[in-house]
Amino acid sequence: MGVVGERLQPTLFERSHPGRGGGKIPHPPADALARIPEAARRATPPALPELNEPEVVRHYVNLSQLNYAVDTGFYPLGSCTMKYNPKIDEWAARLPGFAGLHPMAPDAVAQGTLELLFELEAILAEISGMDAVTLQPAAGAHGELTGILMVRAYHRDRGDTERTEVLVPDSSHGTNPATATMAGFRTITIPSAADGGVDVDAFRAALGPRTAAIMITNPSTLGLFESRIGELLEATHVAGALAYMDGANLNAILGRFRPGQAGFDVMHINTHKTFSTPHGGGGPGAGPVGVRAHLVPYLPSPRVVREDDGTFRLERDGERPASIGRVRSFTGSIGVLVRAYAYLRAHGASGLAEVSDDAVLAANYLRARLRDAYRIPFDRACKHEFVASASEIRQRTGVRTLDIAKRLIDKGFHPPTIYFPLTVEEGMLIEPTETESLETLDAFADALIEIAGEAASDPAVVTSAPHEAPVRRLDEATAARQPNLRWRGMTGAQTPCPD
Amino acid sequence: MVPGDLRYTKDHEWIRVEGDEALVGITEYAADQLGDIVFVELPDVGRALDAHATFGVVESVKAVSDLYAPIGGEVVATNDALSGRPELVNDDPYGEGWMLRVRLADAAQAEGLLDAAAYEQLIAEG
Amino acid sequence: MPYGPHTADDRARMLARIGIDAVDRLFDDIPADLRSGPLRLDPPEPELELTARLVALAGRNRVDLASFLGAGAYRHWTPPVVDQLLLRGEWYTAYTPYQPEVSQGTLQSIYEYQSLLAELTGLDVVSASHYDGGAATAEAALMTCRATRRERLLVSRAVHPHYRETLATYARGAGLTVEEIPLVPDGDAAGTTDLDALGRLLGDAERPVAGVVAAQPNVLGLLEEMPAIGAAAHAAGALFVAVVEPVSLAVLAPPGEYGADIAAGEGQPLGIPLQYGGPYLGIVACTEPLIRQIPGRLVGMTTDLDGKRAFVMTMRAREQDIRREKAASNICTNQALLALAASIYLAAIGPHGLRDVAASGAARATELEAALAAAGAPRIHAGAYLNELVVRVPDAGAVHARLLERGVLAGIPTAHLLPGEPGLEDGLLVCATEVTTTADIERFAGALRDELGASSTNGTAQSPVAGAA
Repeated sequence: MGVVGERLQPTLFERSHPGRGGGKIPHPPADALARIPEAARRATPPALPELNEPEVVRHYVNLSQLNYAVDTGFYPLGSCTMKYNPKIDEWAARLPGFAGLHPMAPDAVAQGTLELLFELEAILAEISGMDAVTLQPAAGAHGELTGILMVRAYHRDRGDTERTEVLVPDSSHGTNPATATMAGFRTITIPSAADGGVDVDAFRAALGPRTAAIMITNPSTLGLFESRIGELLEATHVAGALAYMDGANLNAILGRFRPGQAGFDVMHINTHKTFSTPHGGGGPGAGPVGVRAHLVPYLPSPRVVREDDGTFRLERDGERPASIGRVRSFTGSIGVLVRAYAYLRAHGASGLAEVSDDAVLAANYLRARLRDAYRIPFDRACKHEFVASASEIRQRTGVRTLDIAKRLIDKGFHPPTIYFPLTVEEGMLIEPTETESLETLDAFADALIEIAGEAASDPAVVTSAPHEAPVRRLDEATAARQPNLRWRGMTGAQTPCPD
Repeated sequence: MVPGDLRYTKDHEWIRVEGDEALVGITEYAADQLGDIVFVELPDVGRALDAHATFGVVESVKAVSDLYAPIGGEVVATNDALSGRPELVNDDPYGEGWMLRVRLADAAQAEGLLDAAAYEQLIAEG
Repeated sequence: MPYGPHTADDRARMLARIGIDAVDRLFDDIPADLRSGPLRLDPPEPELELTARLVALAGRNRVDLASFLGAGAYRHWTPPVVDQLLLRGEWYTAYTPYQPEVSQGTLQSIYEYQSLLAELTGLDVVSASHYDGGAATAEAALMTCRATRRERLLVSRAVHPHYRETLATYARGAGLTVEEIPLVPDGDAAGTTDLDALGRLLGDAERPVAGVVAAQPNVLGLLEEMPAIGAAAHAAGALFVAVVEPVSLAVLAPPGEYGADIAAGEGQPLGIPLQYGGPYLGIVACTEPLIRQIPGRLVGMTTDLDGKRAFVMTMRAREQDIRREKAASNICTNQALLALAASIYLAAIGPHGLRDVAASGAARATELEAALAAAGAPRIHAGAYLNELVVRVPDAGAVHARLLERGVLAGIPTAHLLPGEPGLEDGLLVCATEVTTTADIERFAGALRDELGASSTNGTAQSPVAGAA
């Protein structure tokens, strides 16, 4: 029995039978479209599949069972904080008052949501140590873009137009340099020092009158706290640049380190990571951005405003002229933010502190358990995640981190993040989170230790893994060389579903 | 393994000088490091390249790398076969997997590049 | 903590294994002067009390009014099967399918999403989701600049103003120029993109245009001459971006048929709740030649080692985690669960159902047009529309506010939507869909008649139903 369902499914298109389904919507009058000019109309209807509801249900239930998920097992995907998603959060987002509210509804009919958003901004400002928060960005990377565009506007307003560079460490998320490019900056990559932290000398050498901002992930993508962060921040500000914090790893430091208080100027928060709004197979998330007072004028519009009489409203167009403007269609990923609000309220101050303590405890426990079987490149107190390396195993046996990851699937676990950060050879970034029991942590450590043994005794069983999944390793080269990105009907060109 | 009649760069391009023209590609070592190559982006014919200028991009399943001109010149031909069969770079990096034909500004510049022995030493050092 | 598993004994065993006496030791590397004190937040709230708080907050929103709001977000009926399936934890508690062997469910569902949207748009390459319509439009416009290596964009003023503003924000960052194409001020084509003005803007040989962006239907609900806009763009060497609404594509010509190179749009109407603006679904689709410019995830069909059909993320070298500062976009987390919702919606409702949704909206809008005209608010424009229209109401802003007190969300004052646009000072943009009822239309028309003090000879509307906000 595999770790997920075994049965591959035909596509919706293969399941389709003309004439099936329908009957859910009353038919409109036959002449409903008579006033639409022929030229604007569609000549042939779209070839969408035709299924009755039971077929739709079987399709999606069976497909879902091919997925590994937090709800089915341990998912230590480093950098992604795959913790348990409380069900009350899903329930809350579906309350008709929240779910049915139109984004262009007048403020008077949106008071509940506006109050929730206003309160959530305050909670996130307290956690981040920032003076104000925008809830608009749709994801962490969108938050980064929002934050760096604010940095750009800040420098321009001061007539400081020569600042064209953003410094990022070589261990950063790829979103950081990609964001810098989108905001019109050149990326300068800073190497890591031997201890895994930012190379402070190289950093100082790169910092100068052209530096607009630094982007730092703290704890870093290696799961290590940048203990020289005070120095880095001070040097940044002396150079006239601003400090952006990538908050992807906030789960480690709740109630221990508030980036705004420590001197960061701007940061984003990934609600789908730290505040457990689910990851949805790739999204949605939300990426609220906190800023210190000097960046408040540049926050995207519209903000939520509380009037003297206690009512709430959205800012009107042009009310805050220095704003970077809109970053998306409407006010935010409200459904995600309702979930985050429910999570934050359920935990409160003490619960959030416990989240970080337990997340860090679990990561260090796993690090201690794996120390003998794997190389731990930075074997000191980590935060919520740590890097283990199979470089020595590869040298001895030829088995690579990729193989170990695939073998973990056979043993019932989702693999960690592999080959990230790029700075560690044969690395795997392991993030257990605070919601996994000691039994689960032990079972995972046992599995990894067992695989290290297999690498020596029976490497073929590891290099040919997975054996228990619905499919074996995939031909990714052909997928990229001859992309097949859409169904084109049963022309024979598609590979039929096996079974 | 490293052909003796070619010149090489630190960025793992090779160049074969033929009179006032030269063929350019990437080495077997580079192709192996990238893994299965899935796409090669090459410049338009007629483009003038300075030495060390990026002339294109090579993509594998999970990596991407810029391509750098070993020496200056004008692109007179590119390998059209690579658009349909990028795997030629893996299968035959010094032959069918060639990328550019360049009319050299100064063929003597090639003398400044690595010879086979020096390149072998470079990749041996990793 | 309600969701944490550790007992005091568990923690003690973990600390012992690590070889420390207290969890505080694990935070010793945070410099003492930078450590924060305890968070100043409320204590934990048990679920029982939290439930009551959330119900009370949700209850402060009014979602029981007769609503005629549209303009980029649309009320539709969603078959309950959509949400029931989405609530399976295997969907919503998984993440990006980095490990394809244990993610075939997500991967196949994305491939199917790409295929469904390819059918609707008539374009072969569909990215597996962007944040929303505004962000999708911005990304589509940036694509045209990368593909043409030009830096000037033309956007019709009848593209949703929020999309234009989002595009302007993105363009400022990228150092691009955005200019607006004005609308025809009067006559039969009033309210649509001015093709003569477009021709003049494209004719400036010194400043070549990368992309032309126009919406179908446009933000005033009107149908544009999309083939003509596309032809003009192409004649100038520019690419054509069509901003579309997916339900309408059941009955309107698909972008691929009228020469659009890229389609962008808002997927919310495909089974996604309104929820005050998000999470929604940004649609981006393009022609095959633009495949390497499209941002966001793509899933392709392939085979495994045994030759079994399977699905995998592909052409990953465009993305930020591989290409870093040279990536097509910084997008990482996307709207995959909303793309799944759209797919389930389309599967559940089927091609005939989708056509019925679009045609019912048109039929209800016809009914609405007649009722409002009878109440003294005739349509402003002469051009064809699908299910949104602008009616003339003297002192529209004030009337809109008074109608709200009578329990009617009377659309959106066009003076707010397109400030300064000639002819729209006294308009309301109103919308109907398959969920609009005759009773709601009568309530709107009746209240409006009272407000305007107009007497109607042939209206069917009754006196307004009380229901102040």
